[in-house]
Amino acid sequence: MYSGRIVGMALLGAMLGTAAIGAAQAAEPPLKVGLLEDVSGDLAFMGMPKLHGSQLAVEEINKSGGILGRQIELIHLDPQGDNARYQEFGRRLLNRDKVDVLIGGITSASREALRPIVDRTTTPYFYTNQYEGGVCDASMISMGAVPEQQFSTLIPWMVQKFGKKVYVIAADYNFGQISAEWNRKIMKDLGGEVVGEEFIPLGVSQFAQTIQNIQKAKPDWLLTINVGAAQDSFFEQAAAANLNLPMGSSIKIMLGFEHKRFKPPALNNMHATANWFEEIDTPEANDFKKRWHAKFPDELYINDMGYNAYNALYMYKALVEKAKSTKLEDMRKVIATGDACIEAPEGKVCIDPKSQHTSHRMRLISVGPKHEVTVEKDYGTIQPYWLGEIGCDLTKKNDKDQYTPSHLPSKS
Amino acid sequence: MSAELFSVFYQFADVFAFLILSAAGLAIVFGMMGVINMAHGEFIMCGAYVTVGLVNLGVPLPIAQILAALTAGIIGMIVEYLVVRRFYKRPLDSLLATWGLSLIVTQSMLLIVGSAVRGIGTPEGSFAIGGYTFSTYRLVLFACAVAVLAGLYIIFMKTRFGVIARATMQNAAMAKALGARTGRIYSISFGIGTALAGLCGALYAPTMTLIPTMGATFVVESFVTVVIGGANVLLGTAPAAVFLAMIRMALNASYGQIIGQIGMLFAVILIIRVLPEGLSSVLVRRGR
Repeated sequence: MYSGRIVGMALLGAMLGTAAIGAAQAAEPPLKVGLLEDVSGDLAFMGMPKLHGSQLAVEEINKSGGILGRQIELIHLDPQGDNARYQEFGRRLLNRDKVDVLIGGITSASREALRPIVDRTTTPYFYTNQYEGGVCDASMISMGAVPEQQFSTLIPWMVQKFGKKVYVIAADYNFGQISAEWNRKIMKDLGGEVVGEEFIPLGVSQFAQTIQNIQKAKPDWLLTINVGAAQDSFFEQAAAANLNLPMGSSIKIMLGFEHKRFKPPALNNMHATANWFEEIDTPEANDFKKRWHAKFPDELYINDMGYNAYNALYMYKALVEKAKSTKLEDMRKVIATGDACIEAPEGKVCIDPKSQHTSHRMRLISVGPKHEVTVEKDYGTIQPYWLGEIGCDLTKKNDKDQYTPSHLPSKS
Repeated sequence: MSAELFSVFYQFADVFAFLILSAAGLAIVFGMMGVINMAHGEFIMCGAYVTVGLVNLGVPLPIAQILAALTAGIIGMIVEYLVVRRFYKRPLDSLLATWGLSLIVTQSMLLIVGSAVRGIGTPEGSFAIGGYTFSTYRLVLFACAVAVLAGLYIIFMKTRFGVIARATMQNAAMAKALGARTGRIYSISFGIGTALAGLCGALYAPTMTLIPTMGATFVVESFVTVVIGGANVLLGTAPAAVFLAMIRMALNASYGQIIGQIGMLFAVILIIRVLPEGLSSVLVRRGR
């Protein structure tokens, strides 16, 4: 009798097993999202919110039914701020894990290291930082703000408010160099003068000489596009030396939350244009902040990169659902209609068909002596128009290039 | 004109202080004891974090800095007992062991303390000369660097401990035969070295961003200074710092930070090529 019962149970087990397999086949396999963000190394403090933003979005989307009924599986690797590792991990995600979409990269150097690898595949790639602009590449969708949204608003305002002489402190790699080029161009158009430019190797933390060079040049204001924790020491040292100049930047406050990391008044009189900063006070933004802090109660600051990383997943969801496909070419057909939009915490944002960059609601913010943040000016929604104007049109031609004011598409 | 002159002195003092303070601990651990301590930067980070932690608890800054240096020294002696002691005859293995230690420490700090800590702010005080304004605290750093040099000289040249320590470093077996407790000498010397590293972190903590990998910004300069200083650490480190500070300051002022850094490292290559034994070899030869 025993053996009969065992056979019966085995049969029952087998039937249950088949049923389980049947159920798994009915539900589609999850969508794989590859994420490359630094959560260790020098940029960990900026990368951590990017990972958190992605995790929050994945959790929310999965809870509300996934994308086209499929759940999202987030595969995060930590390249530790090393561009060679970005390439290695990028290849691993694209070729071995066969992810459906690749997201991430912090520095522009890491993005440019990844881009050629992405270009050899048909996988879409989302870059979620504000950056120096100009990438005209059909595989890449940019979620962050670009110079026509940040510098073309900030620099004229700084010139009008503080004067025509600017001194630039920039990190010495593609982001700092190209951003400085943008500043030169815009200052020239405004009839202003760049009285000094200093490019600083990443990792440098001592600025006594820089501070004196600035005092010698007597600028009206500073453009600070220094990058990373070591270079941020500039603010503390400049405050200690009583440098006391107005500052403008495309990456301070909303991105590096220096006003939270330094003791006041080191960041006093800093100005920036941003599509997101945690101090935005609208019902949508407050609701978003509440959800974020409920999941990550220890977050020092929700920076714009983390916010853009969160939006990237919702934008991906919108594109896939409109295209009813996860293929890049089908998603790009949706982008080409100009109707690739999502309701983000900042308001409605859309992808521009020509450049595949995102429109943003831009605000100019100022930091006060107690490190309080105030909104000086609201520019409304600004389109990422520059690439389209100079002749990048991804609906017609895939340039796979990065343009700058001194490197424009050849007329052909 | 006097403003320009003072500015030149101030910049020199600033670079000099940075080189001396970051290199002093390594001069003992690497220069005298021969341990390639890749975790040097982590002892600096330890000093900085302890300082900030204590200040946030309400301890006055100078006392917090002294306690931070002592903490780094005690941790150093523990590390010496547990790890470094096993590698005195295997300098290349000590490199690997301390590098591993450094990776473990930075990653643990990231996991425990988080990716960024709020700074404490530089002590107030600035003064103006001509069109320039200067931070008083940077001159305090210079004074500390000079005091560290003087202190090292007194400890190792004028005290009984110093004589025995130098004897131990030169010939441990002979020193042991003559009755010196070499194990303890090594332990205390390593402790002094890491305490000085901790002091460097403690002194620079108010002026910098605190992240777990902050020690890395000091490491290149410290090794370079010690290597250029050469075999006789007590004689070599100070002139090496003066020499490198002059080059770096001049290039920084005229051509900016990139050329300053390149120039300094280029000078290092030249010196090692021409004087493989370092600057102290010239000074010792003169002395004879």
